[in-house]
Amino acid sequence: MPFLEVEHVTHQFGGLRAVHDYNLAIEPGHIRGLIGPNGAGKTTIFNLITGIYNPTEGNVRLDGTRINGLAPHRIASMGIGRTFQNLLLWRHMNVLDHVKMAHFSRIRYGLLGAVLGTPRRHREEREIEDKARTLLEMLDIGHLAGQAVTNLPYGAQRRVEMARALATEPKLLLLDEPTAGMNPDELVQIMEIIRRVHRELNLAIFLIEHRMRFVMELCERIQTLVFGEVIAEGTPEEIQNDPKVIEAYLGSGNE
Amino acid sequence: MDVRRTMRGFSQVPLLGWLVAAFISVVIEIQWGTPLAQALGLPKIPVLFGVVLALKQPHLLPGAVVYLLLVYGLPIALIARLGAGIANQAAGALLRLPLWVSAAVHLGLFYAALELWSGLSDYRDLVLRFTLIAVMVTLSLNVINGYMGEFSCSHPGFMAVGAYAASVLSVDLFTKHRVFGEALLPPALGPFLFPLVLIIAGLVAAVSALVVAIPSFRTRGDYLAIISLAFMFIIKSLIENLEIVGGARGLGGQPDWAGLSTVFLWTVACVWAINNFVRSTLGKALNAVRDNETAATAMTVDTRYTKIVGFLFAAFWAGVAGGLFAHVLRYVNPGTFGIQKLAEVLAMVYFGGLNSVYGSIVGAVGISLLGEALRPLEIFKWIIIPLLLILVMIYRPTGLVAFKEFDPKAVLRPKNGPERERDALPRG
Repeated sequence: MPFLEVEHVTHQFGGLRAVHDYNLAIEPGHIRGLIGPNGAGKTTIFNLITGIYNPTEGNVRLDGTRINGLAPHRIASMGIGRTFQNLLLWRHMNVLDHVKMAHFSRIRYGLLGAVLGTPRRHREEREIEDKARTLLEMLDIGHLAGQAVTNLPYGAQRRVEMARALATEPKLLLLDEPTAGMNPDELVQIMEIIRRVHRELNLAIFLIEHRMRFVMELCERIQTLVFGEVIAEGTPEEIQNDPKVIEAYLGSGNE
Repeated sequence: MDVRRTMRGFSQVPLLGWLVAAFISVVIEIQWGTPLAQALGLPKIPVLFGVVLALKQPHLLPGAVVYLLLVYGLPIALIARLGAGIANQAAGALLRLPLWVSAAVHLGLFYAALELWSGLSDYRDLVLRFTLIAVMVTLSLNVINGYMGEFSCSHPGFMAVGAYAASVLSVDLFTKHRVFGEALLPPALGPFLFPLVLIIAGLVAAVSALVVAIPSFRTRGDYLAIISLAFMFIIKSLIENLEIVGGARGLGGQPDWAGLSTVFLWTVACVWAINNFVRSTLGKALNAVRDNETAATAMTVDTRYTKIVGFLFAAFWAGVAGGLFAHVLRYVNPGTFGIQKLAEVLAMVYFGGLNSVYGSIVGAVGISLLGEALRPLEIFKWIIIPLLLILVMIYRPTGLVAFKEFDPKAVLRPKNGPERERDALPRG
């Protein structure tokens, strides 16, 4: 059974139809890609899956349970982690605190525990910190734990975002343009890291990307979205040779 | 250069050293303060570091400065500098024990110095107690306006709720009153149940905060500022029209339970509790919500719960502070908790620094002292303080000591430091 199922989802912003009759099924452990010109509605689909928007029509199911209408933090704690296209980091928090924060839903010590500094609080905080440090090591940014995020180079900030998303212990990771703004060196590194987390954590990954080489190399299946509708779906080879995809990209002229 | 070496010497004085030095200088003032003041031509010892003299009798100012140097400046500098070695050893030995032992020793010493210092003048005692209460109010407002990044104006309202709740309880239960009748409980129990009275006052304030929190935290935006301002005015006019608690005339006759030791202990408890909260991951969720709410919610943070809990927690401490305030003054009236109080508390928060325990202490103490110094100017005081605030906002937009984590362990640590730190300094 697929872990995530999106069935006939349509979303309208007022009169504007951003996504129309969108379908998706992701099996555990698979990597899927979503490509399309700017403004096609790719990020809207991420926002529909993660509960930031509630679809006008259709359903989103996680492990068979309908999740549309749930608050984003509930959906996140059910196993969907995500990163953002334009890096939404918390500018006054350090790297370690970012990753610790993503354990919020599993904190059990409560307000009184926090205020009184109970032994239970210290134990839980230590456990969270150990987990966070392990993740930082996995993404090769362990040495940056105490740094303020605003001081970090772009590539490192991207990794902090990914570490933070992984700390929610997702079964499905949504990556919104993970290579945006990266130089070729950083690109190679991020590809290696995505492969590593996929392998070691056995995650399903759904990613939005503009760089064709990157999508073609990572993904097993790809969807192409144009004006809110999927015009093609298939393996990287099929997509690469699909005349409709070529037309959408070359014809639109904004890629 | 000598100056630099001297400064480096002072940077190696641990907090323990400063506290011992302060204590000794207070003892010096008790022993020789009055004769010294007379010798310098002062009518009496300058009670508040000469700040009151500055405008009232400026011709006495040079004498006051010499007095301050002889009683505080020189002794503190000498003792702190010469005793740094011993103080570092003692601080190090204390830290090997559980942290609370070290904290208790430091606080005990600090309290002893304050008690002796305030014992010399009733005015000092009163200003000190109000300053400590101001620290509580400022820090609790900082939780909302700093750590959470919202803008709330309802703190005077929460203080009023706490002040009246505590007053009604203590007057009704422990004293004979014109309206409330005979004491319901033996008055001798009062001082022991006073903490409970304050906690109830805090809880009542927190419940009243729900009125603001529920409608305001559905979404982000300017709603909170407006609703909380309305709340403050509503509470004020509600009390003004509530005859049973004296209406606009106010309510008096609170028992004298809020001495310096009580206020000091509650301030310590407040700072400790709030600092614990904001340093936990649960409390840091406030920062995540402030810096980016979308990211926070995608990282499993229940943003609405976080905001409401933070808001109610802050209101609780404002209520406790209000209860203490009523028992220090032993009279409350609704006029106290108006727009002027709000301006004062906001000034303390933004002057001291957002998202910082140090900042709230600096802001509350600084503005309290400044307020006393400028008292002779009466209403013009409220031209000078805002001007100062504008200057701070221009040159340090987030306040004097903003975004600094208060780590008790680091504060209590010996300051002679490991060798490598000193080696790391540039040579030659």
